[in-house]
Amino acid sequence: MRVNLTVNGRPQQADDVWEGESLLYVLRERLGLPGSKNACEQGECGSCTVRLDGVLVCSCLVAAGQAEGREVVTVEGLADHAGQRAGGTESRTGGTDPRTGEGTELSPIQQAFIDAGAVQCGFCTPGLLVAADEMLERNPDPTDEDIREALSGNLCRCTGYEKIMDAVRLAAARQSEGS
Amino acid sequence: MPFPKLSTAFGQGGTPTGVPTKITQGSRTRGGVGESTLRPDGILKVTGEFAYSSDLWHEDMLWGQILRSTVAHAEILSIDTSEALATPGVYAVMTYDDLPTEVRHYGLEIQDTPVLAHGKVRHHGEPVAIVAADHPEIARRAAAKIKVEYKELPIVTGEASATAPDAVLVHENRTDRYIGHVPHPNILHRQPIIRGNAEQAARKADFVVRGEYHFGMQDQAFLGPESGLAVPEEDGGVHLHIATQWLHSDLRQMAPVLGLPPEKVRMTLAGVGGAFGGREDLSMQIHACLLALRTGKPVKIVYNRFESFFGHVHRHPATLSYEHGATRDGRLTHVRARIVLDGGAYASASPAVVGNAASLGVGPYEVDHVDIEALALYTNNPPCGAMRGFGAVQACFAYEAQMDKLADAVGMDRVEFRRLNAMSQGSVMPTGQRVDSPAPVAELLRRVKAMPMPPERQWESSEGADVRQLPGGLSNTTHGEGVVRGVGYAVGIKNVGFSEGFDDYSTARVRMEVVAGEPVATVHTAMAEVGQGGVTVLAQIARTELGVARVTIHPADTRVGSAGSTSASRQTYVTGGAVKHACELVREKVLELGRRKFGSRHPAWATAGLLLEGGKVVTDGGEVLADLVDVVRGEAVEVEEEWRHRPTEPFDPRTGQGDGHVQYSFAAHRAVVEVDTELGLVKVIELACAQDVGKALNPLSVAGQIQGGTAQGLGIAVMEEIVVDPRTAKVRNPSFTDYLIPTILDTPTIPVDVLELADDHAPYGLRGVGEAPTLSSTPAVLAAIRDATGLELNRTPVRPEHLTGTA
Repeated sequence: MRVNLTVNGRPQQADDVWEGESLLYVLRERLGLPGSKNACEQGECGSCTVRLDGVLVCSCLVAAGQAEGREVVTVEGLADHAGQRAGGTESRTGGTDPRTGEGTELSPIQQAFIDAGAVQCGFCTPGLLVAADEMLERNPDPTDEDIREALSGNLCRCTGYEKIMDAVRLAAARQSEGS
Repeated sequence: MPFPKLSTAFGQGGTPTGVPTKITQGSRTRGGVGESTLRPDGILKVTGEFAYSSDLWHEDMLWGQILRSTVAHAEILSIDTSEALATPGVYAVMTYDDLPTEVRHYGLEIQDTPVLAHGKVRHHGEPVAIVAADHPEIARRAAAKIKVEYKELPIVTGEASATAPDAVLVHENRTDRYIGHVPHPNILHRQPIIRGNAEQAARKADFVVRGEYHFGMQDQAFLGPESGLAVPEEDGGVHLHIATQWLHSDLRQMAPVLGLPPEKVRMTLAGVGGAFGGREDLSMQIHACLLALRTGKPVKIVYNRFESFFGHVHRHPATLSYEHGATRDGRLTHVRARIVLDGGAYASASPAVVGNAASLGVGPYEVDHVDIEALALYTNNPPCGAMRGFGAVQACFAYEAQMDKLADAVGMDRVEFRRLNAMSQGSVMPTGQRVDSPAPVAELLRRVKAMPMPPERQWESSEGADVRQLPGGLSNTTHGEGVVRGVGYAVGIKNVGFSEGFDDYSTARVRMEVVAGEPVATVHTAMAEVGQGGVTVLAQIARTELGVARVTIHPADTRVGSAGSTSASRQTYVTGGAVKHACELVREKVLELGRRKFGSRHPAWATAGLLLEGGKVVTDGGEVLADLVDVVRGEAVEVEEEWRHRPTEPFDPRTGQGDGHVQYSFAAHRAVVEVDTELGLVKVIELACAQDVGKALNPLSVAGQIQGGTAQGLGIAVMEEIVVDPRTAKVRNPSFTDYLIPTILDTPTIPVDVLELADDHAPYGLRGVGEAPTLSSTPAVLAAIRDATGLELNRTPVRPEHLTGTA
């Protein structure tokens, strides 16, 4: 079948989609967006978390056909998404270093994950970023318990979560400073 | 930008014995050793651009699928692949009979693992056949159409059944180097450690405590599934892009099975989504390459989580029987222990795990009389091998429970009892090895005990109880009724690096040249970056040693010599050491070049003690002699060198004596828990850790390692266990629905206190960091639950039924 959807603000079309394919599979294998991760493919780990019409979902549990005509935001579009929320313009077009990504426009939560040391292997990171960004959108001044509750669907095996807590606190603090 | 106070401040207080490392060369160069520089792969990882092994794609790529055994122990009577082969979209189906050479087994040390099952399967989930197809679902369905006829055999699942007189042998006709000294062919390896005379010493003990402890099977549960892409090459070889812990070890095992000379098997490290020991063994490497060579097309294999639980070895479950004795004044008299590890169906790293469990079996204490026996079984349970802490974890769980029991028997404070018996620099291990670097065990215990306690009844607020901070959390099972608090302490000892005489080296190629008008260092190693931050640290070392701002970390591959494994807390030590050494040689060559070009201009060129700082050659007084750009322009300097730590010795097979370990590392934990005694629910409130790291090359990463290791120890304490059905040896819970790892709600704050006492034998005085915090975390949590409930709790993980008496 053919699936039409908007991903990170761009209309996309996937052809020859088998009916059993998940949204995650279509993003990763058909649309060249492997940022959403495949750690469990059973809705337990949150590594595939994306926004579907604004709502957080595990894209591994969404059949590709269910995304027909809808808007998806993935980690690849997070900087633009956060930028638009902050009233900014389109992302800047300066050169980036393809080897390190240096020069890439980042959202506050992405920058905070780097600065706080919240990234180790990084496999949980995309899902956590999408979930944390969504929480900060709803709740710009979260308590620690709010953060833990909001991120409880995202497993991380490397960090013990402490630096992830630090990163979200940092992003919230910078966000309130900036507003 | 504002930077709020973070929970994980990296504190250091007091001045215990020992001297911190002093660095001269490069101390004024930014981004060097000792700074919390940020990960070079950080931006790619937060934008989704970082290419993990499961993200790879190739034109014309096929998907591989493995068919695994549905039973634990059986003869294979027949395999019918015809229906699978006839499926449209299927390009190849292979079984044992299709393997290209006579080498059809592999293994880290003992080559006992069949690439594909031959005539027999020995555990649930063993690979039987492989399929390549143009869509993963077609590959899965085709694999399901392969008909395998099994005739089930009796199983052995524990010591009693494995060593019974009529026990079925897991491996017949063993020829490995251990068979000569084991009492039964289902015992893979046995290592005694005998020191002094424990039997005599036991008679002098005023207090003796005994216990039998059970440790469950833990899974590494790295999030990035086993995966890789094998691309056939024009010369008949293959290029594998793979997530692994050790490229060269994979290569050594793969090439003979593929029937290729090693130079025709090219390996490049793809992005690795965690490892924790679970990628030390091969998983899909050979299968992907076989299918690629068979079909002439690139083949990608990605396990799903279900398959991942079968696709790698686990942490050994263990039964540990201990006897400890002490005099009235609280001195340990002796320790006797028997540690039985279940190695499962194949050897993997079991022999080395036995060596660790035995040699570290009394913990970081001074004991003159020791009698330990550790062994690993062959059974039909899932194979077990490396996981963070590697044999030392199981022992620590048991000996720390014993230390609490014995302190109580003697009538001493549990921490003071440990401090009284703590080993220190100069102590002699039960193996006879003298510890010749700082061993601040008593100091770590003092520090962790001195850390501020979390407030009592922290869940109370003006609006009533915040259930999120109570056992049971948002399930809203208590508002504080039936909740009791407990506090527990533990300390552990882990070896760093490969032990027992292993030639444990790494290789580094370092190049300095001028790029775009700047001096740039390129560091090329085969070190597997699995998330630990090795790439960050290697760049820091190069900046410090070469005084340059720009360092490029070359992707890890097999075009450079082996780096050894990313395990045993060893990469910063060994590959860091190799990079440091190669940089020193580059520095010498650069200075040589400088003397040749500019030596006549300044007498200081003739002196020793010149430094490279901030892109310049300077005297030790800081006077600038030349810009590196001018020295190196047109003459790139490159060095490739192997580097080794001090050699170790094998343990004597009868007495366990020998200088078997390179370095020891120590961490101590304090756990504070609250238990809902009515429902048996546990909430860990805080897990504080104090650890000596010798020298924190990157303090941010060090704290991250300590916290991550601590959380994995918490997992084994209260949640994580692979449940194997004792009647069928089948895995009951291969999913994240049923195998629970700690979420952010289960994990408490983890304050860390880091000590930096230099080990003079190690680069920069550093001490391997990654594993020690995984040891003491578990027994500290168990001790805290015992403290809260008064229960004995001899097994881990603790489940609700163990706390409510309904088990």
